[in-house]
Amino acid sequence: MSTDAIIWPQLQTESRPITERLHEWVTTVDHKRLGVLYVLYAMFFLIVAGIEATIIRIQLIRPHNDFVSPQVFNRLFTMHGTTMIFFVIMPVLFGFANYLVPLMIGARDMAFPRLNAFSFWMTAFGGLLLYFSYVGASGLYGAGNAPDVGWFAYAPLTSKTFSIGNSTDYWTLSLLVSGVGSIGTAINLIATILCMRCPGMTLGRMPLLAWLNLTMGALVILAVSPLTAAQIMLLIDRHLGGHFFDTQAGGSAVIWMHFFWVFGHPEVYVLVIPAFAFASEIIPVFSRKAIFGYAAMVAATVSIAFVSMSVWAHHMFTVGMSSGANIFFVLSTMAIAVPTGIKIFNWLATIWGGKLRLQTPMLFCIAFLFQFLIAGLTGVTLGAAPFNWQLGNSYYVVAHFHYVIVGGILFTLFGAFYYWFPKVSGRMYNETLGQVHFWLFLIGFHLTFDFMHVPGILGMPRRIYTYEPGRGWDIWNLIVTIGVFFQAAGILVFVFNLVWSFFRGKVAGSDPWDAWTLEWSATSPPPVYNYAVIPTVRSRRPLWDIKHPEDPDWRYE
Amino acid sequence: MSRGSHTKWLRALLVFCAPASVLAEPASHVASPTSIFAPASTPAQSIFGLSMFVLAVVGGVFVVVFPLLAYSVVKFRDRHNDDHSEPPQIYGSNQVELAWIVVPILIVVGLFLATAHVIASIQNVTPPSGSTEVVVIGHQYWWEYRYPDLKIVTANELHVPVSDPAHPTPTFLTLLSADTDHSFWVPRLAGKTDLIPNHPNRMWIDPHEAGLFLGQCAQYCGTQHAKMLLRVYVQPREEFERWVRDQRQPANASSASSGISSGKRVFESTACTNCHTISGTAANGRFGPDLTHLMSRDTIAAGAAPNTPENLRLWIRNPDAIKPGSKMPAMGLSDQDVNALTAFLETLH
Repeated sequence: MSTDAIIWPQLQTESRPITERLHEWVTTVDHKRLGVLYVLYAMFFLIVAGIEATIIRIQLIRPHNDFVSPQVFNRLFTMHGTTMIFFVIMPVLFGFANYLVPLMIGARDMAFPRLNAFSFWMTAFGGLLLYFSYVGASGLYGAGNAPDVGWFAYAPLTSKTFSIGNSTDYWTLSLLVSGVGSIGTAINLIATILCMRCPGMTLGRMPLLAWLNLTMGALVILAVSPLTAAQIMLLIDRHLGGHFFDTQAGGSAVIWMHFFWVFGHPEVYVLVIPAFAFASEIIPVFSRKAIFGYAAMVAATVSIAFVSMSVWAHHMFTVGMSSGANIFFVLSTMAIAVPTGIKIFNWLATIWGGKLRLQTPMLFCIAFLFQFLIAGLTGVTLGAAPFNWQLGNSYYVVAHFHYVIVGGILFTLFGAFYYWFPKVSGRMYNETLGQVHFWLFLIGFHLTFDFMHVPGILGMPRRIYTYEPGRGWDIWNLIVTIGVFFQAAGILVFVFNLVWSFFRGKVAGSDPWDAWTLEWSATSPPPVYNYAVIPTVRSRRPLWDIKHPEDPDWRYE
Repeated sequence: MSRGSHTKWLRALLVFCAPASVLAEPASHVASPTSIFAPASTPAQSIFGLSMFVLAVVGGVFVVVFPLLAYSVVKFRDRHNDDHSEPPQIYGSNQVELAWIVVPILIVVGLFLATAHVIASIQNVTPPSGSTEVVVIGHQYWWEYRYPDLKIVTANELHVPVSDPAHPTPTFLTLLSADTDHSFWVPRLAGKTDLIPNHPNRMWIDPHEAGLFLGQCAQYCGTQHAKMLLRVYVQPREEFERWVRDQRQPANASSASSGISSGKRVFESTACTNCHTISGTAANGRFGPDLTHLMSRDTIAAGAAPNTPENLRLWIRNPDAIKPGSKMPAMGLSDQDVNALTAFLETLH
């Protein structure tokens, strides 16, 4: 391809009609545009699934509330969970990976741009398919039935006997379709990172974000494949007379659990490893120090990925496994605490002796450190199988994994939004509004998820549309619900800030943070081809080397 | 059951974790009949001991790391009177990194050994003589209890004898499911165990005090998962035996009153018999709860409502008013028939 052919769309966009510009977005194979599409798509579903969560919390604000019926409630928590995992967190992380990985390794695009576009549209149609169930699926209660089997859809609740109509089929198909997209993106990321690095960028000189996304890609392939297999088996059960999970014909409900959690637990790390990646880029820049223990960080990430493949049955401690099996999964689960601890200590050591700039991206990452510490420790309590016999499937578990997903992943994601917004849009966000968002969300998060542990300890199971008075749960549920409104207010400020800054923010320049990785050497926003001249690097922080020729990193690495 | 060595171990654990117990104290005093921190049976007690140990350890980690994080954020924040030079760059340190690999490994090994011990002490137990066997069958939104040795069938309210720690008479539960997954969870008596079709499970309890213990289904099982409540009545031995004798009597089906016999006729001539059993009558359905001794229970609809004539009438007329989505259909009976049926049901002591 000639350079002219690459530049051409850039020069033309401003003057052409909107339909043509939309057409360009729909047919794009540019990794940056696909990244933005992923992120916008995920933002839309974040709002949708957030509204679902708000309705759930309003229903639970007091015992015997009747804000929604049990049928509606059960659909809401199924849709909230499925949407948040598959159509918010995964696509938003894929979006960031898509946008950032080629820029950070000095490449002009992903390895397979068309596969990239295909993967995005598969994911997008997966989400649409799931929500089409609200219109198209008919079920026991007539038309307009979203699935109500829970996000882990345990057999035999998903069999034709118990799930009449086709809402469960929409759920299955949507995960099947988006799963193909996820695997496509994973293959693409791995190929890009292994084959497209710029001259001088050995594996040991890659930014941690690239290393962590490489690990994430491997985990996606290992985790999503069994899920896809299970979805196909479920479809065979429901439509072709199969009996894999059909307990009334001798099938096994437990096999579904194994399939689901062989996907489900590595999936947690698919989601959290990219969050680690954001923290590992933002914390050094805002501490003004190189990451502490680069090699240990990489080793910890890879060992987390390995061990995460052998812990799935800690989701099944109450299923009635043998004591030997329970003891094995206690050991493997607790073992994960070691590499995770290494990561927290290395981030701490990166901060130690630095000069912290407490701007919005860093604030979110600091909150992440505290919250991820707590989430890890409550994870250890759940990993002790007998303790899990009490806490499993209670609100304590709900609080724990929201601490991971919101307190860990979403906080670093917000940090990443603010950190890379100037690069993507070319404009700075409003710092004051960013900090308002941070504090509102921090207060809301802690009101909701700190206090949510308590009803679990007091015996409140999850997934109940209402509860009995007199169990000591009322006050905690009230506080938890109040926190939701702070979080919602924070999200509104966030969306407003980004939209307003996109049009009115002050021009950012290519390197507003005085950062060190390659993407900050490209213009903001970067041109379609990213780099006119492919850069050459000699260390992990090529821009540090340029800014400090007297004391470059490559002397020490 | 090696109870002696087991309690010793527990006591050692509890002494070790005294600081954490203090922290947990407020939680156990919150007026909750379902707190996991108010154990009244050996499995729940062992779990409580382990919980305190685990909480003490993770609490210890928290108390060290949290202030360290807070300190470094405050200490190393950028001052505005700064000269804008970069701080010294430090790339790592093998000694420091080795330390925070080794210390966590030691903590994990300790936690693992304590956990493995408690798993074995709860799971690897064989029923002693004098234990009571109950088969628990989960149904969509209610519990069926069958006592195979005592030839009793009942529903939703489980009766078990008190177990004296010196001479334990535990109750062993075999957990089955008639339809979807369920989970048996009475926090003060034991951890939860799932009821899964084609996958029989076992658990045991040995309540040390008499009383009513509450819980509920803890595995999402369908529309009315929320109102699949558990009530376990722990009774002193004589009281339990009296209850057993009463339950083994045939239903009180002989009654002279015309209202009652017409109620019985309604019951036997409508679809009630397809799902419910009343021993001594033609009704032998198993889809719904056994009603032979319905009046011996405090609640109806799996604990969703007190067992009163008004609630019974409401339940027969419109189950959705109490438990929307339950499998009991509205029977579409006339007021007269509902009244007669309720009068008949009220004789089933």
